[in-house]
Amino acid sequence: MADRRSFLKSIAAAGTAMAGAAAAGVTGEAKAGERREAPPDAVGMLYDTTLCIGCKTCVVACHKANDLEPDTRTDDLHDAPLSLNDQTKNIIKLYKEGDRVSYMKQQCMHCVDPACVGACMIGALQKREYGIVTWDSNRCIGCRYCQVACPYNIPKFQWASAAPKIVKCELCNHRLAEGKIPACCEVCPRQAVIYGKRDELLAEAKRRIAENPGRYVDKVYGEEDGGGTQVLYISHVPFDKLGLPELGAESVPALNREIQHGIYKGFVAPAALYAALGAVMLRNRRSGKGADHE
Amino acid sequence: MSEIAVPVGGKALNGPGKVLFGLTLLGIVLMIWRFAVGLGPSTGLSDGYPWGIWIAFDVVTGTALACGGYAMALLVYVMNRGKYHPLVRPAILTSALGYSIAALAIVVDVGRPWFIWRIPLSVDKWNHASALLEVALCVMAYVVVLWIEMSPAFIEKWKTQDTSLGNAARNVSGALDKALLWIIALGILLPTMHQSSLGTVIMLAGPRLHPLWHTAWLPLLFLLSCIAMGYAVVVMESTLASRGFGRAKEDKMLASLGGVIAYVLLAYVVLRIVDIVIHGKLGLVFQFDLYSWMFLLEMVLFLAPAFYLLAGRGKTRIGGMFRAALAIILAGSLYRFDAYLVAFNPGKGWSYFPSIPEMFITIGLVAAEILLYIVLVRRFPILGGAPKPLTATRRK
Ligand code: SF4
Ligand code: SF4
Ligand code: SF4
Repeated sequence: MADRRSFLKSIAAAGTAMAGAAAAGVTGEAKAGERREAPPDAVGMLYDTTLCIGCKTCVVACHKANDLEPDTRTDDLHDAPLSLNDQTKNIIKLYKEGDRVSYMKQQCMHCVDPACVGACMIGALQKREYGIVTWDSNRCIGCRYCQVACPYNIPKFQWASAAPKIVKCELCNHRLAEGKIPACCEVCPRQAVIYGKRDELLAEAKRRIAENPGRYVDKVYGEEDGGGTQVLYISHVPFDKLGLPELGAESVPALNREIQHGIYKGFVAPAALYAALGAVMLRNRRSGKGADHE
Repeated sequence: MSEIAVPVGGKALNGPGKVLFGLTLLGIVLMIWRFAVGLGPSTGLSDGYPWGIWIAFDVVTGTALACGGYAMALLVYVMNRGKYHPLVRPAILTSALGYSIAALAIVVDVGRPWFIWRIPLSVDKWNHASALLEVALCVMAYVVVLWIEMSPAFIEKWKTQDTSLGNAARNVSGALDKALLWIIALGILLPTMHQSSLGTVIMLAGPRLHPLWHTAWLPLLFLLSCIAMGYAVVVMESTLASRGFGRAKEDKMLASLGGVIAYVLLAYVVLRIVDIVIHGKLGLVFQFDLYSWMFLLEMVLFLAPAFYLLAGRGKTRIGGMFRAALAIILAGSLYRFDAYLVAFNPGKGWSYFPSIPEMFITIGLVAAEILLYIVLVRRFPILGGAPKPLTATRRK
């Protein structure tokens, strides 16, 4: 009988410790609302579908500015990538349904709370000055977790290379450092994509919507979506038609962070569990009734 | 039944052994080729499906199948069920091999393995929010812990030798005895951490993971299912080893364990259903599309062995036990496959099917694991229940 009681006590002790750690994670769900704000100096871009004429000048300029080969793989002649890929950080797509037509520019959204940064183990991807999300070749292990995590499917991997890199728009931060603006914004003949401070771009987007009733969908994509992005969109067709997902206002990594921090904050729960396990096992060994150590 | 573990003996490479050896060699050659040409030509992976079978099977499923050591250590050392002790050493061996192979699979899978050293060493650059970082660190540590837990089997053999190896073994032996308890405790802590974190890892796919799988309870679900899988693997392994090597059966022991596992399985199912109901996802279960069928199949595979084990508690019906174990393994593996591949939807226009070399690298890794298991149990005192009488001729 005594044996049985001590057995039950052991389970209770260890079980409580473990359940504690697990429950810490589960309750994370309830308070997952921790919200990150864009840094005060955040920069970004604003793309307006009603202005874009689909000339793709920005695609070519982006290749040049980033030392990427033009992608002629589709017809051996034109720089015409089919999607973002291992040598394309920026692309213009066409949405067409009946007589509704719209161009769509796709590149990294420079999320306010980026999933790719939350994923990356030793910070190859980071949100740095002006909130720009950059990639560091010296820290990337090529695990591709960023690709799994990014809700916009943005980071691309050089599959054909034995020393592959992650390819994604870094908001031309090398040009910004020289006092220039992003190449795509510089060359756009219609100012369909413009560069600026995020809050100014947001105000400009709202102004355009307010001054042109009926012209736009009444929403600035990126103001809230997925926790907010620094590249903003206004459009005359619904955003989901352009491939911009409906994410809600919570960022993708918020829940994960809550759970990771819930379980591992200060490493208290794992340390407690370890101590409890050790104590239970020591007692088991002393009582001598159970298993000997191996 | 003998409590003492002794080497099985016999030739290392019999017929099936040679086949395993051949598959291992093929796998090694393909791995070298993969490093030469990169992941594009060698795999079916793409920017839409950046993770394939190497991650979903070799790492995520493989380490869960290698949880036998974890499940047994919990039972024997924490719950103090000493009678299961003979199951521990072989279980730890499968775990040590399974985790080592999974670690190798990660090296093959990542695109820039020359920076792997940064994971344990670039401490100041650690991203504490990354569940994958935690998995990586824990798996690395756990591989070391498992081989230390395994080391008494080697030391027992070497101790008797009159060589420098024998001397070293005798010296280490005492210190190891004292430290082992704390190492075993670590061997329980680490899988608790990283097996649950494997759930957290795929949670970050967020909107791209089907809602029937995406839940804040992923860590708990991964943890519960890995414990059940670990137990099931011990059942399979012990049954196969007792048949294949003519060892005494541990059926009674395993059957009485089944009752505990039934509750673990039920807890898993209840959690999943509660999550689906309270988050209003019930409609998705009855859409009868690919996702709902997969979900229903998982549920059947989890519930069938749970009920079987509950109904047959205490009774030894080894055929049934074996089938229940198989169902648990299928259930847990399918759950992991679904969460990491099937329920992951990167959007229109993407598809994934593993390439032939990709599959043969996985096959090679599994073959290497089985081969090493056979060689090690033949050479070292790992399996209990030696054939009776001990002098009887060994099966080849
Ligand atoms: S869009 Fe994707 S790649 Fe760009 S910052 Fe956001 S999560 Fe990262
Ligand atoms: S592939 Fe590189 S950049 Fe992406 S998460 Fe892995 S280490 Fe970070
Ligand atoms: S900001 Fe630079 S890198 Fe990004 S899309 Fe524009 S040109 Fe390309």
